[in-house]
This record gives sequence, structure tokens and C-alpha cells, in this order.
Amino acid sequence: MAQPRPRVGLFVTCLADMFRPEVAFASVKLLELAGFDVKVPQRQTCCGQPAFNSGDREDTADIARQTIDAFDGFEYVVGPSGSCIGMLHHYPELFEENDPWYQRALNLKSRAFEITSFLAEHLKQETLEGAFKGTVTYHDSCSGLRELGVKKQPRELLSRMPGVQICEMEEAETCCGFGGTFCVKYPDISNRMVSNKVENIRATNADLLLGGDLGCLLNMAGKLKREGVEIEARHVVEVLADMIQTPAIGDAEQSA
Amino acid sequence: MSKAEIFNRIRAGLHVAKDDEVRRQAVRNRLQAKASNIIPKRAQLPTAEMMSLFLEMATESAAEVIELSGRNELAQAVENWLSVNGIDHLVTANDSNLTELSWSTDTTLIRERRPAQVGDEASLTNAFCAIAETGTVMLYSGEHSPTTLNFLPDCHLIVVSASTLVGPYEDAWSRLREKFPESMPRTVNLITGPSRSADIEQRLQMGAHGPRRLIIFMLHDE
Amino acid sequence: MQVRSPEFKESARIALTDANLQKALGNLKAGFPAKRATAAARLPEFEALRDQARDLKNHIIEHLDLYLEEFERNVTANGGTVHWCRTAEDARQTILQICREQGAKTVTKGKSMVTEEIGLNEYLEKQGIEPVETDLGEYILQLRQDHPSHIVAPAIHLTLDDVADAFHEHHKRPRSEDPAVLMQEAREMLRKKFVSADVGITGANFLIAETGSTIICTNEGNGDLTQTLPKTHVVVSSIEKVVPTLEDMTLFLRLLARSATGQEFTVYNTLSTGPRRPGDTDGPENFHVVLVDNGRSEMVGSEFQEMLRCIRCSACMNHCPVYGAVGGQTYGWVYPGPMGSVLTPQMVGIEQAGLLPNASTFCGKCEEVCPVRIPLPKLMRHWRDKEYEKHLSPAAVRYGLKFWAFFAKRPGLYRLLSASSNRFLRLMAGKKGRATRLPLAGGWTDHRDIPAPSGKTFMQQWQEQNR
Repeated sequence: MAQPRPRVGLFVTCLADMFRPEVAFASVKLLELAGFDVKVPQRQTCCGQPAFNSGDREDTADIARQTIDAFDGFEYVVGPSGSCIGMLHHYPELFEENDPWYQRALNLKSRAFEITSFLAEHLKQETLEGAFKGTVTYHDSCSGLRELGVKKQPRELLSRMPGVQICEMEEAETCCGFGGTFCVKYPDISNRMVSNKVENIRATNADLLLGGDLGCLLNMAGKLKREGVEIEARHVVEVLADMIQTPAIGDAEQSA
Repeated sequence: MSKAEIFNRIRAGLHVAKDDEVRRQAVRNRLQAKASNIIPKRAQLPTAEMMSLFLEMATESAAEVIELSGRNELAQAVENWLSVNGIDHLVTANDSNLTELSWSTDTTLIRERRPAQVGDEASLTNAFCAIAETGTVMLYSGEHSPTTLNFLPDCHLIVVSASTLVGPYEDAWSRLREKFPESMPRTVNLITGPSRSADIEQRLQMGAHGPRRLIIFMLHDE
Repeated sequence: MQVRSPEFKESARIALTDANLQKALGNLKAGFPAKRATAAARLPEFEALRDQARDLKNHIIEHLDLYLEEFERNVTANGGTVHWCRTAEDARQTILQICREQGAKTVTKGKSMVTEEIGLNEYLEKQGIEPVETDLGEYILQLRQDHPSHIVAPAIHLTLDDVADAFHEHHKRPRSEDPAVLMQEAREMLRKKFVSADVGITGANFLIAETGSTIICTNEGNGDLTQTLPKTHVVVSSIEKVVPTLEDMTLFLRLLARSATGQEFTVYNTLSTGPRRPGDTDGPENFHVVLVDNGRSEMVGSEFQEMLRCIRCSACMNHCPVYGAVGGQTYGWVYPGPMGSVLTPQMVGIEQAGLLPNASTFCGKCEEVCPVRIPLPKLMRHWRDKEYEKHLSPAAVRYGLKFWAFFAKRPGLYRLLSASSNRFLRLMAGKKGRATRLPLAGGWTDHRDIPAPSGKTFMQQWQEQNR
């Protein structure tokens, strides 16, 4: 009898759930392609980052406990966001070391992975077929980059797609100005940052902007649209899973 | 009293008692060991390579290096340099290594032995040692080496003996401790190139308040 | 110095539309980060040095009282005097007293952020003593009655035009727009001050316990003239700058210039130990070290202890996209950028400085470049915790959070909230795929469109597929 496939609990993330279900579906597709049994625990909600970064430790800890419970028993917890998975990695900071939740938080941390770094390790296919042909530029979202070391992994995965060419932008590692609640608390500064980012994206003349975090992507896509720049934006898993039938972020249904 | 209050707060923050012998021992050990931290590989070189590194780094720092074989060539080289640059006045330290050179007698050059004053065009001093790691020279203050000579004149001419060249800063500290086992001189200067500032629009300009030019006479045979 | 941090948002808005400032900030962005990267890449040991520097700083803080004691002992043994000051006011009075004893009318000053922190210049002026800033940047600011916007390049918020105007007005010379000419002017003006000053005040980059020395690291040489020419040299330093030995100082020197300006080494690294010695023909006759606490000892043992590792290199602000957008003066007090967003609340109170630790996307670039690996985002977040605990964050934020958290802790209700928000957003967007206006989201839609959800929520679709 075949070995049971290892179980992955998908951490959907609020933004994928609400704004772009394709990102979660694409994640499921890729994880299944990599040989995992993917489940979507229904007790998950948000990772708690808005409360954590606003100084509300109590609510953050409550949400952390709920998330830890929700993902009990999964070999891996994988999510399409460096920011949210990075937050799961912060959970141990919320508990005293003698609190049983501290150990459980550490345990969750050891099982929690951002999708592209997880796939880069577990997806064995050397070639990934996809309908997309063209040049892409990749924005390195801060949390994934600096908290989880996500840099080469998405590029390595994209390099397995024969039709995809990567054209790096200047300052790919500079923050886009999203920053969760930052973008509404300090709208003027955020606007300057995303304007700088859009200039760098525009200068690449790429067909498509990719990234690994929907927060940043909504911010950049929203600005690209406002500025009338004709570069589309998608989460990287949409391209990797060849799920690009849906309009790009912020684009209208195709009328054709 | 302020000191006691500050110390009490520090100790309260650290949750330690005043007479904690373990901490005191740790501090004594570190102060006595004077152990080196990581020394870059770049600074750990055989002598010949050390010299070329020094010359390269000093030049990079915008110092001008004039290589001589020995001190017997020094007076002539200094006079040449001054004359080419239209300078006829030189202030030196009252240091026999500098004053008792074979200076020309048929020259308009005025030499004075004193600390520097506003308006001095050029000074000549002896370096205590040179550090290859960053092309740095070390000087200290003393009866025969006033510090103002290193800062007030427009041009600072420094004599370096090749034998005083060390790789890393750490070796310079060892030499300094050997020379002054009891206590440091009032001033120890590590100088790497001439004075500069980029305070106006980040544009680098040479010669802010210290010397505009730093000329190193490297004596290879000494 | 007046605390203007509560006006951060308004100041930021003004800064962003100030073309002159934006031009000046462009110079920063183009310079320091690239130079630091080159310098770091040239030294293969750079990352290892950072680890070692972090560990050494931790050791020092854990033995801070003892190293300070040793430092004082050695300053005294070399004929100098150490003064201990709990508060900014103590420090101002101590320095005034030293100046009075010397009958000082003019004091020259090397660049010192601690003297900015204690508001020394304004205080001395009120007491009839003329402080003269001699660092070129600081000098420009003093002429303009301005304050530093950066801890290493204090006048980085000004353009060549601004400097030309200030010099023209104060030097009574023909206006020049050549930086070399302007620097020459400052050089000439300040020569007179250097020789006529009664007291020279400098800061210190480090205090060396082993030898009782202080060290300054400068490129201009003004700090050297400041301390060598007057009769009295006063070093003003904060207590956390002590290091055990010359070797330990060296570890930080290898990191400081590279992290700050990307130089291999600062031009002048000058160790000062006591007053002039018998036989010396120049140098100060008196040597004082004024050690300033001003809230630092309270950081020991607190969640902000790691901030005491800071060596004031400015790498955090040089790389910060928020600092790069609004400049240092927007922060409203002495220390700007990420390090300032941690220090300012400590020194002026979170009540006044709460907007600073919030003005970060937590992008983490500051921590990435910090030579002593201070987790600046974490420390800023700790200030947000304090703010929340003290009920200082805006009511709308607190209620908004509570409302959201209520749902986030109830998965079933959260699904409903997500689904209805999703439906609402799709409705607002119509067939365009995005909305250009949205109630209560002006902060977002003033500047960018809001992409619409591409369909029902994932959770709805997943359940519909019965998986």
C-alpha cells in the first residue's frame, strides 16, 4: 500500500480569502502537485498581525491560540504570504516560556512555511508548464524577505517555467509602503513609497508584476491602475499554477 | 549623588548587587586580557604585501605618497615638494629626526620649530607607526610632536619609516602600549588621508578644517 | 529643544511637498546606502564583526557600572575630571559651571548629538556664553538657527542654494554656489573662533575604560582643533559609550565608518587622555568628561535595553524609506529615523512621541543594516504596546481593533464578515474590477484604486466545492 501523503494545512490568509480566492486555489493545486494532502482548517481566521502591530497583545495571544489549535496535527502549515507566515513565527514571543502555549507556538513555528520557499524545496517537477509567456518583475515583500529569507525561491520556481523571463526592477527589496495599517495611518508617506515603487516597476517594461504577498500587491496594483500603467499584477502562485484565466489584480472581467 | 543614582538604576535593571564578585572578575579579565576581536584577513599579511596594501589604501584615502629609500633623501624630497608647490615656509616639530637632516643651505625655505599657528602653510612630522589595513598613520602628542602640527597647516607632510608598518590596528596598540606602559599620551591621532567634508549636498570637498593635503614620505630602508 | 513630534503627520505632509527638501533627500538616497554596501562587501568579515559587536555591547551593558567605574578611575589618574549627570539639566549646569570657572566667553564645539539632546547651545547663549559650532554642517545650521536632521550629516536637508544664501547673509561676501568656495569661507571664519575660544566641547564616539581615553571620529578635523587649541577640553558623552579596551574600540571602529558613510575608515580618529602632559607644547590644560544618563540607566533591564547598543552610525535612517521620504526634522526632536523612533519616546515620553514608533511599515531594512543588530522594528512595536497599554492610541483605532478582534476570535462570524465585506467591495467596484472611492477608506483611495475581489470568498467557494 502506498504511503499516506503528508498533510498540509493551508493558511488561507484574510486577503486571499476576501480579495483573491485564486491565490488560495493555486496554492492548493501546487501543494497537491507536490504530493501533499491539503486541508483547509475551518477554525482559522486571521494571523493576528493587525493587533500585534497595534500593541494589542491580549487579542493577539487569543488569536494565536486559536490558530495553533486550528493547525494541530498537520505536518506542515503553508500560506501564500510571507507576512502572515512571518506572524505565525512571532507567536512564541506572545507567551512566557513556562506557559504550555509557548511550546505549542514554537512547534507551530517549526511547521509553518511561506508557499514559495516550501514549494522550492518540495516541488520536484523540473519544468512547470504554463500559458503565460512574457517578462515578469518580482517585488520582494519585506516580511518574507527579511523574516523568512524568501528571495531566491520564487525566482527559482519561475525559472522552471519555459515561457517566463525575469526582469529585475531597481530597489526590488525596498518596501512598497503598504505596511498593514501604515498605509491608512500615514497615507501621504505611504503614497510616496508606492509611487517610487511604481516608477521602478514601470521602468522594467515587464508584462507582469509578481509578488508573494497580497497586501503589497493590492497596494502596487492599485497604484499602477491609478497611474494608468499597463503592467498587470498577480500573486506568483497564480502563474506557477497556471491559473491566469482570472483577470489580473484590479482588472475588469475580459469582455471578449 | 548622581553617580550613585545612575549606578543604582543600572544595578536594579540588571538585578545585580553592588559587590557581585562574578561580574567584577569578568570585567577584570577582559581589561587584563586586552584580547583582539576578529582581525580581518586583509590586515594579516607578510611584510612585502603589507607595504603594497598600505600604499594602495593611503592613496585611496587621497593621501599622496612619496617613496624614498632612506632618511638621507628626505630633506631634498621635502624641499622639492615645497618648491614645486610654491611654499617657502615649513614648521617642524622639535625632533632631531627632522631637524638634523641635510637641509640645503642655499635656499629661501624658512624652517621653524614650534607648534602650529593659524596661517601656517606646511608642517613636517614623524609618524609613530603606519597601519596597512586602511592606509592610516598614527601620531601622538609630546614634547617633540605637538598635535597642532597635524591639523592647522594647509599641508601636512608625514614621515613614515617602513619598519614601523603594521598590518592591523591591534598591532599599533601593542606598539603604543610598549612605548607608554604607564599611560597614554594626551593625544593619539589616527590619520587616514586629508581633511574633507560632504556636508554640502553630499558633495565631497577636500580640506574642511584640517590639512587640505596629506603627503606621506615613506622611508623604505628605515 | 522643543518637542515637535506630536506634529509628525502635518510635518510629513509639508515635507513631502517641499521640493527643496525632496531634492536634498535625493542626495542621501543616492549616496550612503550604495557606499555602505560597497564597503561591507569589501570586508569579508563584516557580518562576523557585526555579530561580535552585538555580543560585546551586550557584555558591556551587563557590566556597565563597572566599566564606567574603571573609566572614571583612569580619567582621574591621567589628570582629568569625570562629572556624572542624571538629567539634561544636571549636564547643562555642570558644563556651565566649567565654562564659568574658565571665565569663558566663547566655546567652540565639535559635532555632538548629546549636546543637542540636552539643549546646550540655547542654554549657554542665555547665560551669555557664545557657543560656536565648527562642524561644517552644524555651522551652517547654527547660522540658519536650524537643527540637525541627521545624526551624521546634520545639514542633509539643505541644498547648495540654502547654504549659499546663509553664507552670503552672514559672511557679507559675494554669493557663491561653489561648494569648495563655501567650505573655504567657513574654514576662514572658524579659524578665528578656534584660536579665540576659551573652552572646546566635543562629543565622544567611545570611552575607553582601560586607558581613560575618549575618542572622536571625524572627517573634517574640526573636533581636533576644538579640543587642542582652547585651554579647556570638555567631552560630553552618554554613559553607554564605554568600551573595555582599545581592542574592543577597534571592533566598533571597523564597523562605524563603513556603516555610516561607507568609508573604510574615518579620516581622523583621535584619542584624548587627560590634559596636556609636562613638556607638551600644545593641547588643553584642563580635561573634563561630562557623562550624561538622561534616561539611559532606566533602559537597562527594560524591553528597550538593546537600544543601548546603538553606536550612532545612522545606517538605519540612511536606509529607511520613511526617513528618506520625509527627512529628519519631521520627527520633531533630536534623533530621527528608526533609532530616533525608539529613543525619542524614552527621552521625551511616549505621550508626546507616540506617532514616531507608529511611522514604520516594519519593513525591517533598519535591522538588516544595523552594525550591532538592534531589532529596531521589535523595539518600535514595544512602544506601540506601551501606547496601547496606556490607552494613548486613538479611540477609533482601539474600537476598530476591538470590533475586528471580536470577529477574528469567532471563525463562524469572521466568515460572515469576510463574505459581506467581499460582496460590498464587489458591489462598489461594479464591472471595473476596482473602485476609485470607498467610504471610510480615503487614506487608501485618495492615492490609489482599490482592487475588487475577483469572486466570492475562498472559504465560500471551498465549501461550495464540498472539500
